[in-house]
Amino acid sequence: MATSFTLNGKPQTVDVSPDMPLLWVLRDTLNMTGTKFGCGMALCGACTVHVNGEVARSCITAISSVAGKKVTTIEGLSADGSHPVQQAWMEEDVPQCGYCQSGQIMSAVALLSKKPKPTDADIDDAMSGNICRCGTYQRIRKAIHRAAGMQSKA
Amino acid sequence: MATASVVNRREFLKTGAAGGVVLVIGFHLAPRAVADLAEEREKKIPNPFDAWVRITPDNHVTLILGKSEMGQGIMTSLPMILAEELCLDWKNVKVEQAPTNPKIYSHGTGGSGSVAGSWLPLRQAGAAAREMLVSAAAAHWNVSPDTCKAQDGGVLHGARKNFLTYGELVSDAAKLPIPDFKTVPLKNSSEFTIVGHDTRRFESREKATGTAKFGLDSRVPGMQFAVIARCPVFGGKLKSFDAEKAKAVPGVRDVFPIDPVAQGAFTAGGVAVLADNSWAAMQGRKALQISWEEGPAASESSASLHQQFLDNAAKPGKVVRNDGDAGAVLDGATKKTEAIYELPFACHATMEPMNCTVHIRPDGAEAWVPTQAPQWAQAVIAGVSKLPPEKVIVHTTLMGGGFGRRYQADFVMEAAQVAKVSGKPVMVFWTREDDMQHGFYRPASYHRFSGALDAKGNLAAWKHFQSSTSIDAMWSPKGKETPENSEFATAAFIPYQTPNYRLEYTVANSSVPRAWWRSVEHSSSGFVVESFVDELAAAAGADPLEFRLRLIGDDRKIPDFTNPKQGKPLDTARLKNVLRLAAEKAGWGKPLPKGVYRGIAGYFSFESYTAAVVELSVKDGAVKVQRIVYAVDCGRPINPEGVRAQVESAAIYALSASLHDAITIKGGRVEQSNFNDYGMPRIHEAPTTEVHVVLSQEEPTGIGEPGLPVVAPAMCNAIFAATGKRLRRLPIRAEDLA
Repeated sequence: MATSFTLNGKPQTVDVSPDMPLLWVLRDTLNMTGTKFGCGMALCGACTVHVNGEVARSCITAISSVAGKKVTTIEGLSADGSHPVQQAWMEEDVPQCGYCQSGQIMSAVALLSKKPKPTDADIDDAMSGNICRCGTYQRIRKAIHRAAGMQSKA
Repeated sequence: MATASVVNRREFLKTGAAGGVVLVIGFHLAPRAVADLAEEREKKIPNPFDAWVRITPDNHVTLILGKSEMGQGIMTSLPMILAEELCLDWKNVKVEQAPTNPKIYSHGTGGSGSVAGSWLPLRQAGAAAREMLVSAAAAHWNVSPDTCKAQDGGVLHGARKNFLTYGELVSDAAKLPIPDFKTVPLKNSSEFTIVGHDTRRFESREKATGTAKFGLDSRVPGMQFAVIARCPVFGGKLKSFDAEKAKAVPGVRDVFPIDPVAQGAFTAGGVAVLADNSWAAMQGRKALQISWEEGPAASESSASLHQQFLDNAAKPGKVVRNDGDAGAVLDGATKKTEAIYELPFACHATMEPMNCTVHIRPDGAEAWVPTQAPQWAQAVIAGVSKLPPEKVIVHTTLMGGGFGRRYQADFVMEAAQVAKVSGKPVMVFWTREDDMQHGFYRPASYHRFSGALDAKGNLAAWKHFQSSTSIDAMWSPKGKETPENSEFATAAFIPYQTPNYRLEYTVANSSVPRAWWRSVEHSSSGFVVESFVDELAAAAGADPLEFRLRLIGDDRKIPDFTNPKQGKPLDTARLKNVLRLAAEKAGWGKPLPKGVYRGIAGYFSFESYTAAVVELSVKDGAVKVQRIVYAVDCGRPINPEGVRAQVESAAIYALSASLHDAITIKGGRVEQSNFNDYGMPRIHEAPTTEVHVVLSQEEPTGIGEPGLPVVAPAMCNAIFAATGKRLRRLPIRAEDLA
């Protein structure tokens, strides 16, 4: 069954089973592998994307539920890594293995769009759905504050 | 340990080349022991321009990485060493993964040994290439090489006008004789402009933009995606299956059984479901109807293992070490301290689940593998496909975490088996449930301690009985096990002086697979030794830091008891130094905010020295770790920023196993299945971690793992300071705090 939606600003139609999760449509049907598989149960946040600007765990988001909506993935943030959150991630040297960081960055971008100057408590609330097994949390926190500073100057 | 490991590694290389069933324990070798192996020494020195650096005539410089990047930063720190000796401008350096070629590279990445083992060889390779480039330039100008100098990716003679880039020189340089690596002049450390300087991770842009390619991101035209249904009970076998409903799932292309492989790969076998996409494969697996022969392990449980520990502890164990007569001193002691500690199995839980993509054709094979052991992967695929290893191309991908789990070849074996039957390119991937229930776990262990102090407060006797589900008992060839050899580390040569020391061991039998989990036996040994010494300090009424420093005593080098020939001795001066430094930076002895308490631990592992002060509060049966202050001495830090990152990471990994996680067994199977019941620390639980790196001039040593063993004991010692309760089992439980 064909489902149409907007993916990173461009119209996209896929012909897959309506219950197929968005994660696997992105990864296996469209070969967009920036969004990661970690748990399959919305427990780790590695698959985080935005649907109509809201954080969504793509591993439990049926493709049929995004019909007509706007989906943004890590690939849609910037073509060259110039998004302030991506810049802050590089400057704080956040990633270690890096596998969870697409999801972390998508959660951080959503947080900053709602709260341009987040407190540590705001960060805890917004980011606690994203697990990092390398334990880069301290740098994630610093990078979000740094990105907030960069955005306010921009 | 050393002897067994060396034999096994050689055995691996031999049988691996023949493509038979392979066995490898090389991971556990001390880094310098690897360099000493005969086959390593006999390696022909390659031309550095073939092996380590590729320079094109248009002056693009690419450094070749012979180890695997799993988050530990090796893709940055090893090229830094090469770039330093090559006098390159770091900004222009590119890095590329080496092809699997054991004649040139020591691919195995583990044991916190990559920097330690590569430091000298990479310096020599970089220096040899530099000398060849300088000679080529000197010949071009017809001047003496002594008057030429390598800098910023080129060679300079006299004023700036005589400057040739490496790109202009490389075709001549590569034809020159290769300098003797033993005598090639190495840079003086005072000239270092890259080594020792904070350097950002090489691949951070890819990792911040989603373009980094992990194993699971491998995409090959025409590939299929496969999952395997495995018996949930360890050692269970497939009895029968009905694939009709699975094959009816749209996108499912094939369903067939694969055999288990026992010694070496240790795969469970099962039923493979191949599909056009990952989702269809998982749906197909759910639709399978399978009957399993559960086998004898079905009666095993965490409760039965605990009972086995108690039964073992009621009998004498094998005496591993015996100095003086600890038993007699303890019998005669008016006051002694006794304690029992217990630790569960632990799962690696890498963020990227296991996966491997293989295409086996009649004339050759190609594989994309997130592996710490590419050479083993090559041997496994060669064995299954009956192809010679040189016909098997292994692309080592980035890894979404390793922590020891990806030193295994089980997921490679499965993928090779499936690809062999399929004939198409196939990715076998694991779900989180597969990962948690079919892992290679950190052993479960039980420790009974007795200790006594004399009238002067010196340590009169120390007795340690341990029982555990040994790693060695699983990996050594049957009949050749020395189960105690994988289980003690520094617990067998504690830095605390006593004339009466006894260590006994009894192996506990288990069907649960065990292997190397981040910091291996140190994760248990560090906890029990650094907790018990704290108990003795409390019994003596002494300050925990002062007590440790006094018992460590004078400056001396304590030989590695388990590996006296190849292991580096424990240098007590360096251990005392990190203890003092961590204490000073944490403000040890100074008042803390109300409700905040601190504990300390210091430990020697992977030839490095680590101390940590943990500050925490305990409220309503919950522990909140607020700050961890580390001091680490890992010899000369190549990339101090990378060292800090690794220690910050180890702190969270340790908190995971101390605060939350246990793998428990019931009915011969793992009870946990995903992050809901094997919970990871999340950002709101992450303490502030300060890492103070000793700017040592000693040879570099490990740092991927040494940050881990000190956290649990320092935390439990702080909990004792807060509550007066000793927590002797991990993970900590609310009822133990009540």
